[in-house]
Amino acid sequence: MAQEEVNKAITGEYNLGFEIDIEQDTVPPGLNDDVIKFISAKKDEPEWMLELRLKAYHKWLEMEEPDWGKLTYEKIDYNSISYFSAPKQAPESLDEVDPKILEAYEKLGIPLEEQKQLQGIAVDAVVDSVSVKTTYSEELKKHGVIFCSISDAIKDYPELVKKYMFSVVPMTDNYFAALNSAVFTDGTFVYIPKGVRCPMELSTYFRINALNTGQFERTLIVADEGSYVSYNEGCSAPTRDENQLHAAVVELVAMKDAEIKYSTIQNWYPGDEEGKGGIYNFVTKRGICEGDNSKISWTQVETGSSITWKYPSCVLKGDNSVGEFYSVAVTTLAQQADTGTKMIHLGKNTSSTIISKGISAMKGQNTYRGLVKIGAKAEGARNFSECDSLLIGSQCGAHTFPYLESKDSIGQVEHEATTTKISDEQLFYLRQRGINEEDAVSMIVHGFCKEVFSQLPMEYAVEARALLELTLEGSVG
Amino acid sequence: MSKVLEIKDLKAKIGNKDILKGLNLDLEEGKVHAIMGPNGAGKSTLSKAIVGHYDVEVTDGEIIYKGKNIVDEEPEERALDGIFLSFQNPVEIPGVNNAYFLRTAVNARRKHLGKPELNAAEFLRAMKADVAELGMKPELINRSLNEGFSGGEKKRNEILQMMMLEPDVVILDEIDSGLDIDALRAVSEGINKMKDGKRSFLVITHYSRILDYIEPDYIHVLKDGQIVHTGGSELVEQLEKEGYSSFEEK
Ligand SMILES: Nc1ncnc2c1ncn2[C@@H]1O[C@H](COP(=O)(O)OP(=O)(O)OP(=O)(O)O)[C@@H](O)[C@H]1O
Ligand SMILES: [Mg+2]
Repeated sequence: MAQEEVNKAITGEYNLGFEIDIEQDTVPPGLNDDVIKFISAKKDEPEWMLELRLKAYHKWLEMEEPDWGKLTYEKIDYNSISYFSAPKQAPESLDEVDPKILEAYEKLGIPLEEQKQLQGIAVDAVVDSVSVKTTYSEELKKHGVIFCSISDAIKDYPELVKKYMFSVVPMTDNYFAALNSAVFTDGTFVYIPKGVRCPMELSTYFRINALNTGQFERTLIVADEGSYVSYNEGCSAPTRDENQLHAAVVELVAMKDAEIKYSTIQNWYPGDEEGKGGIYNFVTKRGICEGDNSKISWTQVETGSSITWKYPSCVLKGDNSVGEFYSVAVTTLAQQADTGTKMIHLGKNTSSTIISKGISAMKGQNTYRGLVKIGAKAEGARNFSECDSLLIGSQCGAHTFPYLESKDSIGQVEHEATTTKISDEQLFYLRQRGINEEDAVSMIVHGFCKEVFSQLPMEYAVEARALLELTLEGSVG
Repeated sequence: MSKVLEIKDLKAKIGNKDILKGLNLDLEEGKVHAIMGPNGAGKSTLSKAIVGHYDVEVTDGEIIYKGKNIVDEEPEERALDGIFLSFQNPVEIPGVNNAYFLRTAVNARRKHLGKPELNAAEFLRAMKADVAELGMKPELINRSLNEGFSGGEKKRNEILQMMMLEPDVVILDEIDSGLDIDALRAVSEGINKMKDGKRSFLVITHYSRILDYIEPDYIHVLKDGQIVHTGGSELVEQLEKEGYSSFEEK
């Protein structure tokens, strides 16, 4: 990459004309300035956003793909990916949504309209890269809550976006975050004003739809002083043949006395028994507890993807701020997950809790990688970590890499780890009481995940249970 | 007298080792059968063969339960059909709530019998009554299944399950081992209460004390993989005096 180009990108001296026909719905595979300009134009973005994208792109070109994860996969050819595709037209109502999508929602116990709306959940479903539907926005507006696509936010709330986007995850934070910064096509923006308790659970469903399309979502949630929001993110993806890259970025900002609860159910297509065809999921999720007494909780149930690389983290900057990470990661078939969290204690009396439950079956490989870092000024910081692994069968694996960095060894850190195997004797005991083998396995698995599931919003927990059962179906015996 | 379980010329191995060597035994409906025999004779192996444990490979013979050979049936089918085994060493299952497990098991059985499932309240009421009757610590029902239970607590928990599941054939493998005096009485009373003239019991034990409480109809001596002698309760006294050496293998 020529330095000249980089300078141009940084100074915004770019020819805004480009080669690709804007009427097209998809760009040809490959990545270059023109593709980024196409995306930005498609999104009808202001120039400042395009400049940021180009800057990120040129930084990305200079970066290297990380290889420290305990993951084995074929090198990604970034030029074989198409970076933009949109469905033909955005449907007005659910009736217009692909019945197959609705069916998948149904299978996972998510009748979109009926259940979620009855439950008071606003739904912003994303099919491929364009928002399909936003509901309840009126009700939210009354409370001053902003809940919209990131594209709309860039146009309608530029000041908020400029202030907070890249403030938690800098565009050059890592290789995948830089790529996302250049090419993100949609995602969600949430702003909760001072003192407002968001009147409903916010929820977004993602789904990869078009063949050969990378999915680059970008989510930004800002909870102003004394506010509260619970946000649910869930995914399901259909069978496909080629490995598909997914590199999302999520940034959370919690001001003084604010609380953000972020729950994820991730069910991207895991690939077949050889790992063929699954989604590559490289995600950067980070929240900052900016103000005193703020709190951020990440809860994730990860059952999909062939490759998962994901470390939802908390920067505990405000005094007395709290960070939590509750995770269930399942790897079966030939899935590989390298996941965990980082808890960065900067403020005084900050505390963090890490509960990680890894389940491996068949040829699944599950790695927990966590960092607890206690800064020089973080007097009275406390962390509790518990990392448990459950093995089903003998071909799978579990690995745990806890890292601790503590300046002057201040703070109090506790770490517990266990690895257990579902024994034949346990299964037999349950079967002798009339419980069939599959129910017996799921009973043990649910018991193992209880602490994490109890952190999920009620109906989400029900979904997670169903998903876990579906995922582990046929992995025993 | 009708036979609920007929074991005919049963041969079984564990690994490469022949353990049961042509064993014959009939269980009569409504009767209490006790099995005594030296360590390693094959008592637990017999009970495992009856419930379809994966360790035991039946190589010959038949296990006829309610008129049907069950040798090839899945363990859960046998259980749902009413065969219950109280394990010599109940396994611990961390994370699985004891009450939740038992309700799942009870409702699986009820469903199998075409009875309505018990809701949480109905189940709790029934379970609490049995827990009280067994003198079991109520907190045990909210703990993980058998996890960290003392030996005696595990045995009481097995009896609780038996009472709730209402099986037709109850196999108790050394239910009396490791029980204190009060626990032995409570467990025995629990068993006696379950006698209803139809239900059959197979009680494996090394001690006469439990037999004093539950008054078996028959005593069988199991030695080297065979039943070598069958008699009434008078056999207990003889065994206590003379040991097993006087009972020759067939
Ligand atoms: N999993 C196993 N692998 C190898 N041998 C086994 C296994 N289980 C049992 N055995 C052997 O089978 C034989 C019968 O064992 P079993 O447990 O049936 O005896 P038992 O009559 O119940 O004895 P006890 O009175 O000590 O409980 C023993 O010699 C034992 O060592
Ligand atoms: Mg034994």
